[in-house]
Amino acid sequence: MSNTLFDKVWDSHVVRKIEGGPDVLFIDRHLIHEVTSPVAFLGLKSRGIKVLYPERTFATADHNTPTINQHLPVEDPLSANQLKALESNSNEYGISHWGLGHQKNGIVHVVGPEYGITQPGATIVCGDSHTSTHGAFGAIAFGIGTSEVEMVLATQCIMQPKPKKMRINVTGSLGFGVTPKDVALFIISQLTTSGATGYFVEYAGGVFEQMTMEGRMTVCNLSIEMGARGGMIAPDETTINYVKGREFSPKGEAWDKALAYYKTLKTDVDAVFDKEYTFDGSKIEPMITYGTNPGMGMGISQDIPSADAVEGGAATYAKSLNYMGFGEGDAMIGKSIDFVFVGSCTNGRIEDFRAFASIVKGRKKADNVTAWLVPGSHIVEAAIKEEGLLDIFTEAGFVLRQPGCSACLAMNDDKIPAGKYAVSTSNRNFEGRQGPGSRTLLASPLVAAAAAVTGKVTDPRELMMEEA
Amino acid sequence: MAYDKFDIIKSTAVPLPIENVDTDQIIPARFLKATERVGFGDNLFRDWRYNTDGSLKADFVLNNPVYKGKILLGGMNFGSGSSREHAAWAIYDYGFRAVVSSFFADIFRGNCLNIGVLPVQVSAEFLDRIFAAVHANPETELEINLNDQSITLLSSGEKENFDISSYKKDNMLNGFDDIDYLQNIKTEIQEFATHLPL
Repeated sequence: MSNTLFDKVWDSHVVRKIEGGPDVLFIDRHLIHEVTSPVAFLGLKSRGIKVLYPERTFATADHNTPTINQHLPVEDPLSANQLKALESNSNEYGISHWGLGHQKNGIVHVVGPEYGITQPGATIVCGDSHTSTHGAFGAIAFGIGTSEVEMVLATQCIMQPKPKKMRINVTGSLGFGVTPKDVALFIISQLTTSGATGYFVEYAGGVFEQMTMEGRMTVCNLSIEMGARGGMIAPDETTINYVKGREFSPKGEAWDKALAYYKTLKTDVDAVFDKEYTFDGSKIEPMITYGTNPGMGMGISQDIPSADAVEGGAATYAKSLNYMGFGEGDAMIGKSIDFVFVGSCTNGRIEDFRAFASIVKGRKKADNVTAWLVPGSHIVEAAIKEEGLLDIFTEAGFVLRQPGCSACLAMNDDKIPAGKYAVSTSNRNFEGRQGPGSRTLLASPLVAAAAAVTGKVTDPRELMMEEA
Repeated sequence: MAYDKFDIIKSTAVPLPIENVDTDQIIPARFLKATERVGFGDNLFRDWRYNTDGSLKADFVLNNPVYKGKILLGGMNFGSGSSREHAAWAIYDYGFRAVVSSFFADIFRGNCLNIGVLPVQVSAEFLDRIFAAVHANPETELEINLNDQSITLLSSGEKENFDISSYKKDNMLNGFDDIDYLQNIKTEIQEFATHLPL
């Protein structure tokens, strides 16, 4: 029988199927952070249960951490308390804890792959919807709620019905100035923010085959923004070269065995998907969002669609544009902006900072712009320095902050003020996502860089042409 | 965590006819700093419900005293975005036991079922009629019967069935959760773990 990549990984992890109910799915790797784990540990305590396999869970603090002066005590007592709870719970149950100040601390979906915790063909969960990131390695990875965090701690399993299967093919090659972020925002704009709900997605086609692991992570990260449980890409040489030799990757004989397994991880030629889409990669342009969900995106050179051209309720659409202070038919190019945020589990990796640097090099930050550049991990931070990117940033008037989720979700001190516009490389433009009243334009690091140096929404290709 | 058993609820409803309500609206991230499950209901729909000075926004439905009850009515694609279970906690803690919509985001639906909030998915047409009936008369009652898997608009008698797995239905009828189940098959899980592909 022909199977998809998703079937192969899912089916090999099913402990038991329940008649008229979910599958009991074994979880290979469990990532936890400070926000969605404390109540799960409280549950364990009240039931008097131990963690079944502490070596399969890894803890890092990221959502609620400051991105400056990390050597000082955390000022907000609630945040400090939550960070302390993660540490004490991890210590009590024998879980590796990478807290603030630890060399391995960083955004959970950045450090997991960096240290080889993320493996092809694994099942990976975390109490965070962007766990879909790890699907870039051919893993089944998805976000879970706190009740499920408790289940995994207690039994290393969760109970979920098997999702339907969708394949999204993007053929050909990407054009000049078009990045993996644009591919993802384009797909979401086509499918809408709920278009893949109930499905697990496999991304296939030339565009993904040509992508680096960083690019694939950006795409898989955003799978949840069209409602998908997760998204995955079949492992290939690019994947194996990335995984090999990392701290938690298999070594020696175990590596040979793992390699043999990785090579089985592809969709059979005649396997059938419940739904399939195909897009031409060469038709995608740099993208930007204009509304209050990630499906409200368009090519940067286009005009904001009129209400009758979009699906869904006119009242909700009007509410969204009203929140943003935009009108139907407006051009996005030329709109003045106030903040630029480069970072997050979506675009906080070294490749993203290289892209940002490629445009700001030799230019200056616009006076009206406040910019936050936040690496996803200490490895990314070190690479920014080693590769000379920090010198480029400093010369252009930018400051580099310390690793964390930062302004992506406005839980820590990094918040966009009410009414202000931010071009952000993160993943959500929901009302108030980056701070109460904040207005977010999601885009790639190149679009962010073009906005940072011009102070307005600018097509990055124009600046790139000047250089060429 | 144990929750109250769910059987039949008969209640008025609070209408929120907005599509794509994401969990950042249900509870913004800055209210996720607690280490215990207490007080989340106070911050349900925080930024839609309160002005920045803490005063109530008069035009938001939760602040309109004519609308009350144990049932929240939401537009299509309710609960999208972040996986924060705090969103389901906030809804439960506020006093809702069911959310009715024409479409739910996956993770939110699962979180609700895990904590004893029933997500009731109805057709878009029926949802429109429920909204219309409740807007026309806020005293309009709905009856949700989990055992029958039905929801009835009592003013007209119109009824629709909804889907729920028999496993989850049993759990909700009895107030069980998944950990109760998984704990009972722990030996099977440990045996399974000895022959994993990785």
